[in-house]
Amino acid sequence: MKYEAVIGLEVHVQLSTNTKIFCSCSTRYSGNEPNTSVCEVCSGQPGVLPVLNAEVLKRAVKTGLALNCSIAKRTKFDRKNYFYPDLPKGYQVSQFDMPICANGYIIVNDGLAEGKKDKKIGITRIHMEEDAGKNVHGSDGKSSFVDYNRAGVPLLEIVSEPDIRTSSEAKEYLEKLKTILKYIDVSDCNMEDGSLRCDANVSVRPAGETKLGTKVEIKNMNSFRGVQKAIDYEIERQIKVCESGSKITQETRLYDEAKAVTLTMRKKEEAFDYRYFPEPDLPPYDIAPKDIDAINSALPELPDAKFARYINEMQLSVYDASLLSNNPSLAAFFDECAAGYKNYKAITNWLLGDISKKMNELGIEDIFSSRIRPENLLEMLVLIDNGTISGKIAKTVVDEIFASGEKSSKIIEKLGLVQISDDGFILKIINEVVAENPKSISDYISGKEAAVGFLVGQIMKKTRGKANPKLVNEMLITELAKLKNA
Amino acid sequence: MSENYIKYANYKEMPAHFKPAHEIRKMIDAKEISEAELMESAVRRSKETNGLLNAFLSINGGAEGFSGVKNSFWAGIPVALKDNIVTKGIKTTAGSKILENYTPIYDATVVQKLKNAGAPIVGKTNMDEFAMGSSTENSAFGVTKNPWDITRVPGGSSGGSAVAVASGLAYMALGSDTGGSIRQPAALCGVCGMKPTYGRVSRYGLIAFASSLDQIGPFTRDALDMAYALDVICGHDPKDSTSSAAPAESFSDFVKKGMDMNGVKIGIPDEYFGDGIEQGVAERVKEAINQFEKMGAKIVSVKLPHTKYAIPVYYLIATAEASSNLSRFDGVKYGFRAAEFKNLKDMYMKTRDEGFGAEVKRRIILGTYALSSGYYDAYYKTAQKARTKIKEDFQAAFSRADLILSPVTPATAFKIGEKTADPLTMYMSDIFTISANLASIPALSIPCGLSGGMPVGLQLSGNYFQEGKMLAAAYEFQKRTDHHLCVAAV
Repeated sequence: MKYEAVIGLEVHVQLSTNTKIFCSCSTRYSGNEPNTSVCEVCSGQPGVLPVLNAEVLKRAVKTGLALNCSIAKRTKFDRKNYFYPDLPKGYQVSQFDMPICANGYIIVNDGLAEGKKDKKIGITRIHMEEDAGKNVHGSDGKSSFVDYNRAGVPLLEIVSEPDIRTSSEAKEYLEKLKTILKYIDVSDCNMEDGSLRCDANVSVRPAGETKLGTKVEIKNMNSFRGVQKAIDYEIERQIKVCESGSKITQETRLYDEAKAVTLTMRKKEEAFDYRYFPEPDLPPYDIAPKDIDAINSALPELPDAKFARYINEMQLSVYDASLLSNNPSLAAFFDECAAGYKNYKAITNWLLGDISKKMNELGIEDIFSSRIRPENLLEMLVLIDNGTISGKIAKTVVDEIFASGEKSSKIIEKLGLVQISDDGFILKIINEVVAENPKSISDYISGKEAAVGFLVGQIMKKTRGKANPKLVNEMLITELAKLKNA
Repeated sequence: MSENYIKYANYKEMPAHFKPAHEIRKMIDAKEISEAELMESAVRRSKETNGLLNAFLSINGGAEGFSGVKNSFWAGIPVALKDNIVTKGIKTTAGSKILENYTPIYDATVVQKLKNAGAPIVGKTNMDEFAMGSSTENSAFGVTKNPWDITRVPGGSSGGSAVAVASGLAYMALGSDTGGSIRQPAALCGVCGMKPTYGRVSRYGLIAFASSLDQIGPFTRDALDMAYALDVICGHDPKDSTSSAAPAESFSDFVKKGMDMNGVKIGIPDEYFGDGIEQGVAERVKEAINQFEKMGAKIVSVKLPHTKYAIPVYYLIATAEASSNLSRFDGVKYGFRAAEFKNLKDMYMKTRDEGFGAEVKRRIILGTYALSSGYYDAYYKTAQKARTKIKEDFQAAFSRADLILSPVTPATAFKIGEKTADPLTMYMSDIFTISANLASIPALSIPCGLSGGMPVGLQLSGNYFQEGKMLAAAYEFQKRTDHHLCVAAV
């Protein structure tokens, strides 16, 4: 029998606000000693009360708008009650039945270049909540410690509809989500350091069946690749269970990255009763339409719109447009360049070619954290266009920009990279090379065109690459023709 | 046998420790008494009486609290705090073994305000564990005795604060009122006590029992002191999202100005004068009604038809919130932790089993049940709907009356141990007070005479943020009566 998988993702992202959701402690605790970014509020001392960080509400609305959600006119917080040492108050302040955002979607289009079609993945809801601390286990195997630095960091939980069918679609969804969240600058979205976390609900059913199968929740995946592998493993496992005639057990499973398997964590009957009820310490919030409008009008251009603009207005290829629009900082860099230079293809080639390669070598993710700036690239492009440097020399210029951050013109001057377009000088070199390579000349005369390439190479070598290659080619052919006809 | 109380003709006759704070203020300003003498006397008397009364869980050395603040009514006037109000560097237990050795790292907003006003803190007063009780018998640190009769309870849960003011150990004491925990002990100890409008006083730093019902309020000798007390503790607090931005007038100025009682409509709810009220209590309250009428007030009948649901609604909402509020006492971060345990779950269970008293455990279990999946709609949600009905009752009543008058308790102070075996009877003693918490309205208790030698309280309730009117009416009553001049012989 053929099976179909049904997948829904629950993503938690830490909002990159300066302070925590209910107190004024800093969220930049990374690297701090345990329990130093804490106060009476986020460590759950008796008598404390929460005060909502307005920026959290704003970013939640922003995220909802960017993900095509409807924004609640009125929203409230609820308490989710359970005991765990990393949860200082014995309950998490979260949202239950009146989440801030609902009914959105993400369009997954990562495969467009290969001719795949857009697919809409629904977003059921987005809600705000507070992060917990971290349990740390002692090396003696007996003692445990708790670090509350993370407690109270604002989170958004983004819950998708069960619209995802394959693990690669899941990965595309996550990548697109990450791209959008980076565009709107609400989260660092780094799965490795935990600012983005993902749980997956997976079930299988015979192909063509419309009823949902029993779902299994998978936790503990630490990378997009891990999500993909865990889902693949789980689908295969569930199909095997079905084919053996057994039933899937509703449960929560943990992904073991080292073994690449999922293992039972707790069965349904062991599930918590969270006893949700409205948080009495926080009154409900009414969100004015004008505030939503203000946030909406301040949204930056999002990747889908950018992609369409790159194709329709700038005539970029689908492949280039997709690569650029899926990389917020590269796209911003491109847009800045394109504002002052109309050969969009040339900008794209440099950005996606030599510059991306250089960033990979240096391990730089965000182009703006490197030394190159749009004005460096623009100046270089103009210098190529007016023949001051060749494209080949420009590669050296790029390396030097990355190293020193200096202006292209200054680099050219410093390294003596100005292109030689002096006819007399080039003719002198051509004559030298002709004299030194009689074999190649006779090859050429006897009809071997390939000799031209070798001779150009020799000329460029003698000029250390600075001779204008177009001029060298033209003049060499003229000289060779003279010899041939002589 | 000598009387268990002394009735003074006026404030002048009273010894300094019984005088109201507004008299003491004049004496300080006239240099008839010094701030140091006042604090020394309060601390000495508190220490001397604590073996007998057990009003305090901790008494300050006396050195603290002199901030040198000038031009403040409360500067130098000793006050006491219920031990569920957190004090930086001073042990705060909420009457529980689970917080036996807990020293807070911050001050409650009301404590900060009192410090800013220069009021020295005599000590932290005894209470029912986590404010759950009506007698202080649920304190992990022993019952507080009623100074009028030490075989009787002082009421609760703020019993220690009521006794501190009744016994002349502090001129003002803060308590917390979730279902009557200020007004009931005030009535049973013959002092004034008020629960302000929900949101009037910041709850920041009040160890939560039931967040949507809890409110901090003062105990004082008379209604004018009450106004001065409210002046200093009220106001919007950015640290409490439920605190009100409603402007706070100067309550003391308002009360001192006097109020013409002519035509003031005082509502009497039929539902509060049924069977089960001790005869002496009913008589004293009727006499008070007559007094108000004599002063020109118009007595009108009002209806609060949902009163009969108040106790079940209260015990669902309060316990539900408490079950969550008390989750943080888990032995992980602070306070008591069981000495031996097998694993994490065992640590939680033993810590909470050994750390909490019986009544607290009973309410946690009730509340957990009320919030459980499958029962939430039937209990918690239904209770919230009924709470709305109770609020609507009061709005209808306040459209007919400026203030509502009723007894505070059905009877005077009961004997220690009398009701401990029967929690339901104990819960019933809050019948007249819990509606104000459910409705979020302000209500106060003032003495209105004695029944069988024990004090009787009179309750006045007002609409939201009508504390000024309530206090002024209470003070007009006290200007013409002498019940508040009758104090326990301590």
